[in-house]
Amino acid sequence: MIHKFTLYGTNMVVDVNSGAVHIFDEVAFEVLDYYKKCDSTEIVDKLCAKYEKAQILEAIQELEELESRGELFYEDAYRDYLNLWDRKPVVKALCLHVSHDCNLRCKYCFAATGNFGGERTNMDPEIGKRAIDFLIQQSGNRRNLEIDFFGGEPLLNFEAVKEVVAYALSKEKEHNKKFKFTLTTNALLLNEEHKKYINEHIQNIVLSIDGRAETNDRMRFRLDGSGTYESIIPKIKDLADSRNQDNYYVRGTFTRENLDFASDVLHLADQGFEQISVEPVVAAKGTGYDIREEDLPVLFKEYEKLAYEYVDRRKSGQFFNFFHFMIDLSQGPCVAKRLGGCGSGHEYLAITPEGDIYPCHQFVGMDEFKMGNVNEATLDDRIQNKFKDTNIYTKPECVKCWAKFYCSGGCAANSYQFHNDINIPYSIGCELEKKRVECALWIKTQE
Amino acid sequence: MKHIKTINGSTLKDTLTNGGCGECQTSCQSACKTSCTVANQSCQKK
Repeated sequence: MIHKFTLYGTNMVVDVNSGAVHIFDEVAFEVLDYYKKCDSTEIVDKLCAKYEKAQILEAIQELEELESRGELFYEDAYRDYLNLWDRKPVVKALCLHVSHDCNLRCKYCFAATGNFGGERTNMDPEIGKRAIDFLIQQSGNRRNLEIDFFGGEPLLNFEAVKEVVAYALSKEKEHNKKFKFTLTTNALLLNEEHKKYINEHIQNIVLSIDGRAETNDRMRFRLDGSGTYESIIPKIKDLADSRNQDNYYVRGTFTRENLDFASDVLHLADQGFEQISVEPVVAAKGTGYDIREEDLPVLFKEYEKLAYEYVDRRKSGQFFNFFHFMIDLSQGPCVAKRLGGCGSGHEYLAITPEGDIYPCHQFVGMDEFKMGNVNEATLDDRIQNKFKDTNIYTKPECVKCWAKFYCSGGCAANSYQFHNDINIPYSIGCELEKKRVECALWIKTQE
Repeated sequence: MKHIKTINGSTLKDTLTNGGCGECQTSCQSACKTSCTVANQSCQKK
């Protein structure tokens, strides 16, 4: 399978199954349309009015060379390996919901403004410690383990964060594990004490901000309706600088109300942030701010615009990373990882303040997905295996898709939200992902 | 080659031999939390 596209005058060809990426000139790009369907004479006949015969034959020869190297029309050889990688599931990451309360009432919150449809509660540190024990117990021989402190708003229960971190670190040597911690916060409560602790103990921090003040404050506001931009911007700038502009992300959401989201990304870059992630909202139809099919052409243009500016700025020394444009072509994840996706439901689980276990933060509160409780150290392996056995080959839409090894089948929660089935991808998400990958590949050609 | 420039070879295919250790970061943890891109994760072995 191949995918060919042109962006800003660059003709690109992705050989999906081998992972090869090529730039083609006009002749080769056009010859490729006929290469598998016609012989050399027929191709020359079809294209001789436009190109010289010698050029056409050269292009054909080069395509043959790529094919012989396994870098063009390489067959999908990976399905046969699924059994080889089919092992007993291990858990290697937990999303700890240390607080199901929030000091904001963001309009688009998937967590029902922080409580996930339940009580507004904080996690007792003892529950957090049981979650660490549970992770160690479920992690088999995996050495690298991850904990993400999430909410609601985790700074509303920062003492629990500190206790759980200390407990996890105290268990590392005994169990030969290495913990990494991340924390996702709206930054409103962020103070010097938090900053010091976070910089010493938390390897990655995600700071929520949507971009320009009017964009941010339209969606992200306090209980009294007041927006957060003015309060958080100095705090998160300071935190980002204190981490040498690394090991953090400013992370925003765009909605139908700011389809010109590239301006929000660039606004964040203009504020000096170098690690930026701004993503499409996943919202139900009828909310008014949900992304619709008819918005896609506008959003595609925005991604293209952002890609162009991204290259231009980086060339002129105004460096920033955009999370979805970062693709490591040569040192990226192995094919086993790419087949399976994010690991939700088997490698990655979410824990509520009560210790209940769910496939990921986005499934929290859905009774049919409750997998157990850390206090009882139970785990429903029926649900775990269902998620483990889901991969790009169990999703008919993914099998056909050229971008499957870049996105790895998309988000299970989004699939379930739109189709009640984790094997049917959310199509708007797919279209946006494909556009982002095209832009990311084009960016590679400009480096 | 005169007409084609390869910017990345068959790196995906090559990972068949040494992949699948599972020590890599879970993709959703790093920044996104809503939309999945696995290809920007790094391999712990490299």
